[in-house]
Amino acid sequence: MRILVIEDDLEAQRYLVNGLKEAGHVVDDAADGDTGLTLALSRPYDVAIVDRMLPKMDGLDVVAEMREHSNATPVLFLSALSEVDDRVKGLKAGGDDYLTKPYAFVELLARIDALMRRRSPSSVKTRLQVGDLELDLLTRAAKRSGTAIDLQPREFRLLEYLMRHAGQVVTRTMLLESVWEYHFDPQTNVIDVHISRLRAKIDKGFELPLLHTVRGAGYMIRAHA
Amino acid sequence: MRTLSVLRTQAFRIVFVYVAVFALSVSALLGFTYWNTERALDAQTDQIIDAEITGLSEQYQRLGLRGLAEVVMSRSAHGGPGLYLLLDRGRQPIAGNLDGIPQSTLHLGEQIEFDYERRVEGQLERRRARGRIFSLMGGFQLLVAQDVHERYLTEKLFSTTLPWTVALMLLLGLVGGGLMSRNMLRRLDQINRTAGEIFAGDLSRRVPVSRAHDEFDTLAESLNRMLDRIERLMKGVREVTDSVAHDLRTPLNRLRNRLEDTLRHLDTSGKEAGEIEAAMRETDQIIATFNALLLIAEADAGVTRGAMAPIDLVPVADDVAELYAPLAEEKGVTLDIKPAGATMIEGNRSLISQALANLIDNAIKYTPEGGHVSVWPAVTPVGVDLTVADTGPGIPEAERARVVERFVRLETSRNSPGTGLGLSLVAAVARLHGARLILDDNAPGLKAVIRFPRPSPVSRGAARR
Ligand SMILES: Nc1ncnc2c1ncn2[C@@H]1O[C@H](COP(=O)(O)OP(=O)(O)O)[C@@H](O)[C@H]1O
Ligand SMILES: [Mg+2]
Repeated sequence: MRILVIEDDLEAQRYLVNGLKEAGHVVDDAADGDTGLTLALSRPYDVAIVDRMLPKMDGLDVVAEMREHSNATPVLFLSALSEVDDRVKGLKAGGDDYLTKPYAFVELLARIDALMRRRSPSSVKTRLQVGDLELDLLTRAAKRSGTAIDLQPREFRLLEYLMRHAGQVVTRTMLLESVWEYHFDPQTNVIDVHISRLRAKIDKGFELPLLHTVRGAGYMIRAHA
Repeated sequence: MRTLSVLRTQAFRIVFVYVAVFALSVSALLGFTYWNTERALDAQTDQIIDAEITGLSEQYQRLGLRGLAEVVMSRSAHGGPGLYLLLDRGRQPIAGNLDGIPQSTLHLGEQIEFDYERRVEGQLERRRARGRIFSLMGGFQLLVAQDVHERYLTEKLFSTTLPWTVALMLLLGLVGGGLMSRNMLRRLDQINRTAGEIFAGDLSRRVPVSRAHDEFDTLAESLNRMLDRIERLMKGVREVTDSVAHDLRTPLNRLRNRLEDTLRHLDTSGKEAGEIEAAMRETDQIIATFNALLLIAEADAGVTRGAMAPIDLVPVADDVAELYAPLAEEKGVTLDIKPAGATMIEGNRSLISQALANLIDNAIKYTPEGGHVSVWPAVTPVGVDLTVADTGPGIPEAERARVVERFVRLETSRNSPGTGLGLSLVAAVARLHGARLILDDNAPGLKAVIRFPRPSPVSRGAARR
């Protein structure tokens, strides 16, 4: 995947670019808003990672310009600013996701994976399937190997999110943000408890577990071991 | 509704009392003057009558009845204000310019007032007179009176116009007062509305200043100067939090990146990897604490106020309780949310959710197995309460003020995870909303209440705009 990194903190940029390259991505970088915008408009990227505060041209303006030029590349904002109102501003300017510094690299990787996946038109599906687990988005019914699974509405949304990102790491923060729409640290790890309940419903009594814990990162649903 | 609100203003009340007192004193003054004048005029009339009576009784003594009758007749023919009537023993008129007197006014010796008829320029006219009847020796009676019709007319005019004058004065006063207080009300309204808008997050609003240079303008100008200062301060605080955030997050970010990078290139089973992982956990702890501190500072500075909107606490509480329900169940604590009707406040959903999450998190964390945690939003006479109550150990009364401070944790909580910033954030979020965090005894356990003010019409109006 081709990724554009616009970040003025050169050390942070170096770690970011190296990490992404090690993860198998092709990366271009820019250290200011102007250069970044020129790159973004001249080449196709799967994702752009944009620092919120940049010299010459602010990160918000870069993305706003990109959208002006009908460039739809998904954008992940990185910001060292205090968070609360800033997230809203970032999303308003045309950003697709927002991550506060310092972030965990696994979090960043998981989010850009999710962003790239979002581009594919598969999101209009009405049925999701992972192995023998099926989710009918219209009737809101879940089945594994033909047996119906009784899910609470929130469990359904949790499973839906995991299945939409099947084969990808999904972090706890991503789940909290997209399933519960909370952007705060719940102190105790409440997500883990929700996951273990869901796991008890979909994996218990089956030989092949589908819902996996990815150590130090989050969770992943996948059909193969 | 508009007029009613004018009537309720202090300005109008002052005007009303003033006008009433003024009307009362004017009527008292006029009444007294009138009464005094009347008395003086009456006394004058009575003097004339007395003098005449004295003169006439001398005539009677000197000339007898016939002589008296002649004098009376000659005076009667005079046509002046003097009125006379001489009656014989059978009360039949002998001489005089009156036809008779009404029975009811027949009191000997006293001053009487009566109406009589008189021909003026060919017209029969009813007029008022004042006089005295006195008895002569031999059973005769003589009435001597003066025409007081002019005075009588003045008196009548006065008594009919006085109430009207007072009424008119009251009316004009009240209309004037109403206009005046409406003007004042409008100015106060402007100040109120500006305050509401500022409270709703728009710090750039100012109270309009008119060109009248009156007290209101002075007030508006000082308020505006104060607002300028506050806005500058807030901007300063925002810049400080932003730059503190930026200047600390950037190196923390590099530190975390470096640790991650090192870890990625290490053999995951080695001792070094474990050390780096531990260092990363420490870093994450620092970051979490730093974020919490920053959020408290922001909430206290009112930086996040932009996102205030009317919200119903019921779904907010439902959602947070639902998030924590499995955690409670796993700990063997029941978590229930008591049903309530719509509980509207002005607020920031995200911050209130976070504050509530902190309270529920504490309640579950500190309540031993088998305990209960209840969450309920409710409208009470004193405000809108968001309550989290548990059956755990509670907080001793002496410690309740202290635990709200940053980093304060009770000795008994040493073994449970936490930073001691949870309640500080709840209190800061409460302050941001003009609410209070109240810690109370749940006997047993802790009852934590965020008490929001009832949404005021002003802030509701500001939010609609
Ligand atoms: N529900 C509760 N029951 C008993 N003690 C409590 C409760 N909530 C808070 N406390 C006490 O108040 C202290 C401060 O709480 P808080 O600010 O949330 O910090 P933390 O939970 O991180 O320790 C806690 O350490 C604990 O001693
Ligand atoms: Mg706490």
